[in-house]
Amino acid sequence: MVSKVKIKINDLYKIFGPKGESHVEKVKSGMGKPELLEKHSHVLGLQNINLDIIEGKIQVIMGLSGSGKSTLIRHINRLIEPTAGQIYIDDVDVLAMSDEELMNFRRFKASMVFQKFALLPHRTVLANTIYGLTMQGVEVKDAEERAAHWLKRVGLDGFEDRYPAQLSGGMQQRVGLARALATDADILLMDEAFSALDPLIRSDMQGILLELQEELHKTIVFITHDLDEALRIGDDIAILRDGRLVQQGSSQDIVLNPADDYVADFIKDINRARVLTVGTLPLKKTSAKGITLSNETSLEDAMKALVEAKKDSVTVVKDDKKLGSVSMHDIVHAATRSSETAGEAVTYR
Amino acid sequence: MSLIDWNKLTITEPPVLPRELLRNFKKGIDGAFRDFSRTYGEALENFFNPLLMFLKWFQDLLVATPWPIILFIIGGLSWIGSRSWKMSVGAVLAFVAIGWMDMWEDTMATLAIVSVATLLCIAIGIPIGIWMSRSDRAQRIITPVLDVMQTIPSFVYLIPVVMLLGIGKVPGLLAVMIYASPPIIRLTNLGIRLVDAEVLEAADAFGSNYRQKLFQVQIPLALPNIFAGVNQTIMMSLSMVVIAAMIGVPGLGVPVLRAVSNQYLALGLMNGLAIVAIAIIFDRVSQAYGKRLQKHREGDHGV
Ligand SMILES: Nc1ncnc2c1ncn2[C@@H]1O[C@H](COP(=O)(O)OP(=O)(O)OP(=O)(O)O)[C@@H](O)[C@H]1O
Ligand SMILES: [Mg+2]
Repeated sequence: MVSKVKIKINDLYKIFGPKGESHVEKVKSGMGKPELLEKHSHVLGLQNINLDIIEGKIQVIMGLSGSGKSTLIRHINRLIEPTAGQIYIDDVDVLAMSDEELMNFRRFKASMVFQKFALLPHRTVLANTIYGLTMQGVEVKDAEERAAHWLKRVGLDGFEDRYPAQLSGGMQQRVGLARALATDADILLMDEAFSALDPLIRSDMQGILLELQEELHKTIVFITHDLDEALRIGDDIAILRDGRLVQQGSSQDIVLNPADDYVADFIKDINRARVLTVGTLPLKKTSAKGITLSNETSLEDAMKALVEAKKDSVTVVKDDKKLGSVSMHDIVHAATRSSETAGEAVTYR
Repeated sequence: MSLIDWNKLTITEPPVLPRELLRNFKKGIDGAFRDFSRTYGEALENFFNPLLMFLKWFQDLLVATPWPIILFIIGGLSWIGSRSWKMSVGAVLAFVAIGWMDMWEDTMATLAIVSVATLLCIAIGIPIGIWMSRSDRAQRIITPVLDVMQTIPSFVYLIPVVMLLGIGKVPGLLAVMIYASPPIIRLTNLGIRLVDAEVLEAADAFGSNYRQKLFQVQIPLALPNIFAGVNQTIMMSLSMVVIAAMIGVPGLGVPVLRAVSNQYLALGLMNGLAIVAIAIIFDRVSQAYGKRLQKHREGDHGV
């Protein structure tokens, strides 16, 4: 399958303050966030962002608080205007849209889920869910039918007539998700959508999202500052630091080759055995008399399979093609190695 | 000519304008305003004529309506507002007592002016409040005006109002409105400004236009505050009843004035108590209604 770029962000800069434009050049020639704030009292939100988001994939954006995640995601539907740069969605220049076009873009093409749910407290669950549809001009009756369908999909049937305040946080966010899905937009923007939820409920919600995504194939931009969530959900991960993209790639990329200490710091506590797959290990060309596993198998599963089969090496295959073999010793080594050394030792791909 | 009367200036007397100059200054203003009111007074009166007609019609209607029907309406409105039998029965009993003490007609007149003043305050105040919430500049300009409207003694603005429109119901109504409209304006503005930014952002993200955002998000979310403003406006127009009576507005304020000048203690007390009773009924009913408006916001987490 050829992957198509759905959202293309080029050389994006955002400088908050009354005269943002006049400071772009300074930032381009190397002025940092603290200096800009101190000398010119402008806040550097984003700098030199280049990001291609692939159609049908979940792009995670990570970063510490204040790194510019919310700012970046709000550029995609132009809730925030950039100071410089371009944004293309389906090859259409978002920044060139008139007010009318932008409104229709927001109504039909991109919907959003918010950290604090942002539901209307005076409306019932059902009336909240139809909000986007009524903006599209759908008749209320029709909209209610469609909304009810999505409420059922997120596990909320029977709650249509409740008010948001009568629901738990997890349920409120399901309403938020149903409201966003109901518009049938092919882009879903989720700004820390699950961050306000308890771990168990959060994991539930991740499950719901992944399950829905399996059949919907939306282009999802998902913001989080939680690495486990990023690894579970993301097809691709981009890491922001002080408004700059410091690394982007698959979760494997990031875990194996953290670009700098900031990223290494992020990944130091994760369970490598669960994230890494046998395909990413250095493989020996010799064939082994062990078990055969797909290259997508996680180290954890591979170890489990080896122990159960009482063997100590794995032949790794990709689509029935033999790639090479790897020993139990190497697997355990890769799973336990600290991330600092991983970057140097492993030649990847 | 000097701007200070040097002869008068001592260590205990501050510098003061020469008497002649001061008199001319006042005369000038009075004259200019008198000319203005001669030229435009009639036009203004005509402008306000429909209002006068409406007020008269409404008052006559209240007086002409058979008392059992009025009692029924009072009880019904109390029930709709508060959903409490106690409240409704109490309201009806209060009005029975008012009638029994022979204050029915004055009470109807007071109800008429308070209702009309409140309606007008709402009709004018809510749009101004919305405008204020939209523009920081409007807020900067209007806020001090509202401060003045609330603090300046009523008698001071009664003077130009009476000079322009004479004595009667319309100037009384205007005086009541000047005093009673600030809360509804302020609280509309405040309520809209307090609407959660993330909810507004959500409205934007789903492509709402200006009107949709205003009517489907901002005003509904501001409603509890707006309603608190309505409640205060009603209370403040009631508190103006006696002052309005001084410039010819009929109602419970008239006997109170008569009682003051003739030292009729019982008359004053009875009418005063009638005003208080109406105020309590309006206040309780509208507050109960306001509470019910936001009941679903509290939630019981009964999941
Ligand atoms: N409207 C604004 N005016 C000025 N500065 C702003 C504005 N919005 C954001 N910023 C600044 O831009 C930077 C990035 O903010 P942003 O909200 O995008 O961070 P974030 O990564 O989403 O953080 P969090 O995890 O706390 O949500 C911060 O330094 C913030 O103070
Ligand atoms: Mg954020």
